Amino acid sequence: MFGSFLKTSQVKSPWLMHFDCGSCNGCDIETLACLTPVYDVERFGIINVGNPRHADVLVVTGTVNQRNAVILKNLYDQMPSPKLVIAIGACGCSGGVFREAPNVLGGVDKVIPVDVYVPGCPAKPEAIMDAVVTGLGKLKGILEASK
Amino acid sequence: MARTVIPFGPQHPVLPEPIHLSLVLEDERVVEALPTLGYVHRGLEMLAVKRDYNQMIQIVERVCGICSMIHSLCYCQGIEEMMGIQAPRRARMLRVVWSELHRLHSHLLWLGLFADSFGFESLFMQLWKIRERIMDLNEATTGNRVIVSVNVVGGVRADLDESQVRWIKDTLVEVEASIRSLQSTIMNDSTVCKRTKGIGVLTRQAAYDLGAAGPMLRGSGVAQDMRQLKYAGFDELNFEPVVETAGDCWARSTVRFRESLQSIDLVRQALDKLEPGDLAVKAKGKPEGEVITRVEQPRGECLYYLKGNGTNNLERVRIRTPTFANIPPLAAILPGLDFADVPVVVLSIDPCISCTER
Repeated sequence: MFGSFLKTSQVKSPWLMHFDCGSCNGCDIETLACLTPVYDVERFGIINVGNPRHADVLVVTGTVNQRNAVILKNLYDQMPSPKLVIAIGACGCSGGVFREAPNVLGGVDKVIPVDVYVPGCPAKPEAIMDAVVTGLGKLKGILEASK
Repeated sequence: MARTVIPFGPQHPVLPEPIHLSLVLEDERVVEALPTLGYVHRGLEMLAVKRDYNQMIQIVERVCGICSMIHSLCYCQGIEEMMGIQAPRRARMLRVVWSELHRLHSHLLWLGLFADSFGFESLFMQLWKIRERIMDLNEATTGNRVIVSVNVVGGVRADLDESQVRWIKDTLVEVEASIRSLQSTIMNDSTVCKRTKGIGVLTRQAAYDLGAAGPMLRGSGVAQDMRQLKYAGFDELNFEPVVETAGDCWARSTVRFRESLQSIDLVRQALDKLEPGDLAVKAKGKPEGEVITRVEQPRGECLYYLKGNGTNNLERVRIRTPTFANIPPLAAILPGLDFADVPVVVLSIDPCISCTER
């Protein structure tokens, strides 16, 4: 019974962790704007946490470079399964305008598996919220399959 | 007393961006702070040799999303100076309008994050609610909320019509009233004062010697603001730098609070001075020579060095950003603080790591 309670709450109230992985701040402030009164994702039970061990969803903005690739991998490995990764913005999807820059490896999927891609430079808060909802559908499918 | 080393970052709830500080503590007191950078480095100055000078506008806008308009303004001014052209008057006034709207939303964003750093979450939410009005103005006038992309070499690419000018003025009246309603909380509330007054004091002499920039410098009593250089349309506007003398976190937040009201005033002045005219002059030829331009970002002085060699690509782009200038003063004020004050003091310089590392 406790297991089914956990599974329900993971989909109904996902905890989200944001990691800035070499973004220009554009997508970061749009992700933060989702938490503030005009968009307010907390009304859906989504809470922003700082500890990867508490998080269900990892929201990554920006490109991966030589240095933060290790940090990103560490954060992902510390999160409990099942977990969801959302790559935000053109940089998170493919490297964006920086894809040819010398220190840039490319999109987030070069390092960790990504479930949802959000296009836009920067992605709008509505698009980010839509991505979280889409991702939760996927998470629900995984949880039901593991029953 | 044995020393403890506490790693702070790169992923930390109070930091919106990754920076790593190794804090050496004795008991609860910080003895030394060693910053480590490089988590946001992309190497975008090198892209100047791959993209032509017009495409570089899109790259420099993405040095930092929060003040993107001001980065491209500085870059375009530099290229214009190299090519010997000047943007038309209407374009220069419009540049003031959008750059001051950017400053306003950046300061509101920072005041919110600052409030959050000492746990005042309701103030954070209030300030970000006001900020969304500015984002609406940006989106309606330029087509994008954050990276507005209005500057081109020789002028601007977007225009304001009469109804938009009226709407901006009406919105700013409401925004100003909402900001003023929070004034007593930000400046006089006892819980805010306990966490900010007398914390992280940077003296006037130290600020000057260590080369601090922007609100960090003005909070310590030095009246230096790059808008005094009268770039863009600032030559026709009334403007006095905002100065506080205490040099602590409270002074820095007060400078930013007063500057956000000043930005509203500057937008109004620029809108009043708008006259019909061209939006851009045509740029002919290729940039050649060396040039240094400076503008005032929300965080302080931003300097661009551009070197062209008569081809489509620039030979060198060098960007010096205000946060880079503010890291030595930060490292100087951290020792001696309580560990609990570190997030507040780190945020009080308004760190923009993506600017610093590019």
